[in-house]
Amino acid sequence: MPLNSILDAIGNTPLVHVQRMSPKPGVDIYAKLEGHNPTGSLKDRIAIYMIRAAEESGELTPDKTILEPTSGNTGISLAMVARVKGYRLLCVLPDIVTPEREQLLRAFGAEVTYAKGARSTNDAIFMAQRMVAEEPDRYYMPYQYGNEQNPRAHYETTGPEICRDLPQIDVFVAGLGTGGTLTGVGRYLKERNPGVKVIAAVPHPGDLVQGLRSLEEGFIPPVLDESVLDGRIVVDSRSSFAMVKELMDKEAIFAGISSGAVMRTAVKVAQRLERGNVVALLADGGWKYLSTSLWSKRYEDIGPEDVEGKVWW
Amino acid sequence: MTVEVRLTGSLQKLVGGKRAIQAEGANVRQLLDDLDSRYPGFQSTLLTDGQLHRFVVIYLNDEDIRFLGQLETPLKEGDVLSILPALAGGSG
Repeated sequence: MPLNSILDAIGNTPLVHVQRMSPKPGVDIYAKLEGHNPTGSLKDRIAIYMIRAAEESGELTPDKTILEPTSGNTGISLAMVARVKGYRLLCVLPDIVTPEREQLLRAFGAEVTYAKGARSTNDAIFMAQRMVAEEPDRYYMPYQYGNEQNPRAHYETTGPEICRDLPQIDVFVAGLGTGGTLTGVGRYLKERNPGVKVIAAVPHPGDLVQGLRSLEEGFIPPVLDESVLDGRIVVDSRSSFAMVKELMDKEAIFAGISSGAVMRTAVKVAQRLERGNVVALLADGGWKYLSTSLWSKRYEDIGPEDVEGKVWW
Repeated sequence: MTVEVRLTGSLQKLVGGKRAIQAEGANVRQLLDDLDSRYPGFQSTLLTDGQLHRFVVIYLNDEDIRFLGQLETPLKEGDVLSILPALAGGSG
């Protein structure tokens, strides 16, 4: 049956048994391939939820411009939704973002502005918040880090899809970005079975990206419900990159960098189980990370120029 | 029990710019005591009322100690502790 618009193609992504990734015969690993969404990432789910809810509540009206501090997947997803629904989208980017990122956002019809002197997403968030405060009638900011529609999208779509495809789940692993995926899917899974373990994988660019964060920038996204977590595992970029390549070598799955961290964590968790099912949510495909040289260079040869200013998920 | 402690940003400044230092302790709390005796202010950067700040995450090898034994998490020779901000990386 034909779909009415590209927005109806969001969700219902495949859950793929990736048994070659499992370290033990009794433990099965499944990958939820969110790269199969229309713009190639899980963020399509939250973009449509946030915009629909804002339309229904009256916060977003046709005369307003959607404003979001993002240089990543969320910007691209919002651009798609805005284009279909006829809104303008303005993305606030930190200074360090590469031209490639800006190009991609513009290709999807987004307008971009740079937060001057912004070295991190935090600075871009502050600037966007100022812009909205100054001209509340002009802008509507979905603000994925604090928008309840973010976890709700995963509670109502991603979680049920996983359970529909695989009723028995022992561990769920996803990357920690806004916390929306872990909170939404985690809540849904635990309501059905309190024994499910929810593990956050935190990709840490550490050695490659210098001075990216300091402790003062520590930030807990308001949508993250930490009580849903049973563990948090940090994965360095070397391990993430290696696992991205392993996913390709063993399963022919072309995944993004955070997916490497998530799969690394899933394998680690699988090693500790005797038997059971581990679901790993892979947020996007590898397309947007080609310029990191991940697939063309050895890890040792990747320099700061390859990764500086790149977005990690 | 000698453990390597890896640091970011402001904590590096506190220890003279080093990215990693050695410290002693049978558990994380004792190790932080050891560091504070050598680098005054180290502990107050991380703890309030004896508890870890919400926006700081201490990883033992690669696991958040909050889900292990909190500050009483035991350490063994050769362990690596990483002290990181709550959200490391990511631009959404």
